[in-house]
Amino acid sequence: MRILLVEDDPTVRSYVSKGLKEAGHNVDETENGKDGLFLAVSESYDVIILDRMLPGGIDGLRILETLRSQKNKTPVLILSALADVDERVSGLKAGGDDYVTKPFSFSELLARVEALTRRGQNDNPQTTRLIIGDLELDLLAREVKREGKRIDLQPREFRLLEFLARHAGQVITRTMLLEKVWDYHFDPQTNVIDVHVSRLRQKVDKPFAHTMIHTVRNAGYILRAPDEET
Amino acid sequence: MNNTKKRLISWRRRWPIRSIGVNFALAYSVVFLISASIFLSFTWWSTTNLLNRHVQNAIETDASDLTHRWRVGGPRALTHAIKERLDQNVDDDALYLLVDGLGRRLAGNLPGWPVKIQKTDHYYELPIKRYSFRTTAKFRVYKLTKGYRLIIGHDVKGRELFRHIITETLVWCALMVSILALGGAFVVRRLFRHVVFSIARTTRALANGDLNHRIALDGSETDLVAETINAMLERINRLMDGVKQVSNAIAHDLRTPIARARTRLEDAIDHAKSEEELREAVSLAVGDLDNITLIFEALLRIAQIEAGAKRSAFAEVDLNKLLENMAEFYSVSAEEAGLNLALNASSLPTIIGDKSLLQQAIANLLDNAIKFTPQGGTITLEAHTIPLESTSPDSIKISVRDEGVGMAEKDINRAHERFFRAESARNTPGSGLGLSLVQAIMSLHKGSLSLQNEQPGLRVILTLPLSDS
Repeated sequence: MRILLVEDDPTVRSYVSKGLKEAGHNVDETENGKDGLFLAVSESYDVIILDRMLPGGIDGLRILETLRSQKNKTPVLILSALADVDERVSGLKAGGDDYVTKPFSFSELLARVEALTRRGQNDNPQTTRLIIGDLELDLLAREVKREGKRIDLQPREFRLLEFLARHAGQVITRTMLLEKVWDYHFDPQTNVIDVHVSRLRQKVDKPFAHTMIHTVRNAGYILRAPDEET
Repeated sequence: MNNTKKRLISWRRRWPIRSIGVNFALAYSVVFLISASIFLSFTWWSTTNLLNRHVQNAIETDASDLTHRWRVGGPRALTHAIKERLDQNVDDDALYLLVDGLGRRLAGNLPGWPVKIQKTDHYYELPIKRYSFRTTAKFRVYKLTKGYRLIIGHDVKGRELFRHIITETLVWCALMVSILALGGAFVVRRLFRHVVFSIARTTRALANGDLNHRIALDGSETDLVAETINAMLERINRLMDGVKQVSNAIAHDLRTPIARARTRLEDAIDHAKSEEELREAVSLAVGDLDNITLIFEALLRIAQIEAGAKRSAFAEVDLNKLLENMAEFYSVSAEEAGLNLALNASSLPTIIGDKSLLQQAIANLLDNAIKFTPQGGTITLEAHTIPLESTSPDSIKISVRDEGVGMAEKDINRAHERFFRAESARNTPGSGLGLSLVQAIMSLHKGSLSLQNEQPGLRVILTLPLSDS
């Protein structure tokens, strides 16, 4: 996937770019707003990672607004030290698709970047059925089957599984689950998300030979079809 | 409306005098002068009216008497009567003139026929010359038979005199009011100065950094200002205390984890034998740093909420749904810890508030309760309205009760202080910021947080007022 990284801090930039390359992505990086805007409008990217405060007179929000005014729908992830709720809102209002605040963990950033690119394909409202390996979700009837056997899930468990399934093959962090499945924006002190996932596992994985929901250390969870395991 | 207001403001801006006392005195004297003029004018007008009527009556009585004489005795009798009257007229204010058909003067004290007098049955008011001075007189002409004509008049110099006196009075009034206004201006100004002096003294002390001064209340109108300023000071003081406390807390409680992370990294540089050990140490240090970030964010969030900047996110919140979701969300981790989480909520009205902050507050309480309740215990999340009258509820009370060891009474009052941790909680994970955050969220919603020991356990009570919008 082609990613544009606009970030002025050299340490953060090289670290992020190295990580993204290791994850198999193609990264263009620039350190100022002018070049960032030029690249963003002239090339075609799958995701743009944008710092908000940039040297060169053009800040991140300006780049974003310019892109959106040109009907450019490239997913944009804002990466900023401005962590205020108001700042987040203004970033998302300007057309940002996600907002990560500094300091951040790379796994969180990578998970969110990858989640952004698949969104276009899987968030399709026409999709009524999600099939990953032998797991099958009927989104209309709210039914889950694995190996043809029906699994009874609570509504909230269903939403959790649906979210994991929509992003199958991608790492999903706890924060993302908290925000997207529960719409909560706080940090639980207890391991409540882990408990929810482990309950889901009890129902989806335990009775079967292969596990599908995996824990990714220091990052989160990933749902994978059993045959993708190597 | 708006236009006049603007004009008033621009006019005020051009007004050169800045002293309220002087302006007060000036306004007072202007008002006094206007009312004195109105009063004196009215007096003058009604008195002259009275005099005029009096004069007219006198002329008419005279006329009817004299025409009677004319009818009875002709010119001779009338001439005689006029002479008699002039002799008897002590005030010397009666004026007569009798002329025959050819205009010859037969009797009277007027030197000649005034040119302006033509019509009969009409009162004229003319200046005339008498002896050596000029005066004003009122006349009426009566036509007699055989072309004879008679003028009866009255000198009205008394009215002029009266007008003169009134004008003089007014001038003296103006003069005295001006003097009083000037003197009064100084007095009033001094008074004003005295009134604002205590406010000024206090604010000066504050400007110099002494925030403990308060303006003394004396029961006068300035108390309104004084109370507002005092309330403002109270708030500033609280915020300043908060800042002080935070900086102390940062100095103390953040240094510790930073030192830990630093030590770990340094130790790894010096002593790590293998790459694996090095990785382990670094990842632990990253965990420490993440923790520091969390504390940092919590602190910032508290400070921000306390500054009251977040009311913009206020909207209607359905508390029933919020509590149900929360209970559902946390019930799994309660179960995992071998606890029972019970929700006991009556139907609640919607309130105006910040949904995600309220969620955070309740999450903090539930997190705490789960942490401190021993296995097998029950956590109760309760919510109900507190009625003021039987029909309309006054506030909403949300409480979380755990079955832990409770809290020492002396700690209860300090529980919401930043970084405060009771001795018994030292060994549990956490930053000691949870309740401070809840406290800040409650203040933002004009509500309150209180703690109460139960047998067994602790009840944390949030009270949210309903009338606030």
